[in-house]
Amino acid sequence: MPRVVVHVMPKPEILDPQGKAVAAALPRLGFEGISSVRQGKRFELEVEGEVTEEVLASLREAAATLLSNPVIEDVVAIEVDDAEDRA
Amino acid sequence: MRIGVVTFPGTLDDRDAQRAVRLAGGEAVALWHREDDLRDVEAIVLPGGFSYGDYLRAGAISRFSPVMERVVDAAKGGMPVLGICNGFQILCETHLLPGAMIKNAHRSFLCRDQPLVVENNRTAWTGGYEAGQVIRIPLKNQDGQYVADERTLAELEAEGRVAFRYTAGATHGPAGFEANPNGSRHDIAGITNAEGNVVGLMPHPEHAVEAGFGADRPGEATRTGVDGLGMFTSVLRSLVA
Repeated sequence: MPRVVVHVMPKPEILDPQGKAVAAALPRLGFEGISSVRQGKRFELEVEGEVTEEVLASLREAAATLLSNPVIEDVVAIEVDDAEDRA
Repeated sequence: MRIGVVTFPGTLDDRDAQRAVRLAGGEAVALWHREDDLRDVEAIVLPGGFSYGDYLRAGAISRFSPVMERVVDAAKGGMPVLGICNGFQILCETHLLPGAMIKNAHRSFLCRDQPLVVENNRTAWTGGYEAGQVIRIPLKNQDGQYVADERTLAELEAEGRVAFRYTAGATHGPAGFEANPNGSRHDIAGITNAEGNVVGLMPHPEHAVEAGFGADRPGEATRTGVDGLGMFTSVLRSLVA
């Protein structure tokens, strides 16, 4: 079954408190040299049937309306990931 | 006067909101997220909590519940709608109000009695206050930082649509957050739509409506502050006007 992966990130101009918390924790664990972290979301959508252009268009809409809030987040990538690659 | 209070799975403050409506002199009507019936109410409160566990984003799933379709239609038709905390987040996700809430800039949950300036007393929910009056009501959230782009903020300011602004005078909180408790842009605690019928705010007026259970008044008395009641009496008055 093909899978569509949607990546959502906080907008660059929006402060990302979660990313900041992760960035602050890294050096405490000895991971040095990382100047900043931004934390986003990855959605894996299993699609029934073929991922046609229509299916992708409707998933783009889903990404823009439900999976992300355009006020604070950007959909940075929508990828089709077919089953063989995952095997 | 029938005022509806919506309960979503994960709502916490619906009972307090219903009680606030009754103490103000209204009839509280429980509305359920799965019903698309507003039961002849004349105003609606979306109370605080963690609807749908705040999954995805605070307020994001509630937006698509059956009752919200009716709430959006009613709000667009002029019915007074108040969103408190999670309810404010839902109003933003629904686009009845602009902007969004992200995690507090200090990354902690914060609970304190919060002083606010009433900036706009011409809304359905703030008519009983004086413009510039400072009220003190509880605030309790983790995702309370109001953000919007510069154009939206300029528009809100120019049109007088900032309803409440955070101000100094809280008794505790993280360093650097003495007045503004979460890093909200322009110290915004609450906003209104252009028509003044839809208002959202992060602090909780419904928790400061009855002496003995209200906000502290530092230097005077504890738990006696009832500054939140004005929002509920304001809307009742706006409905008879």
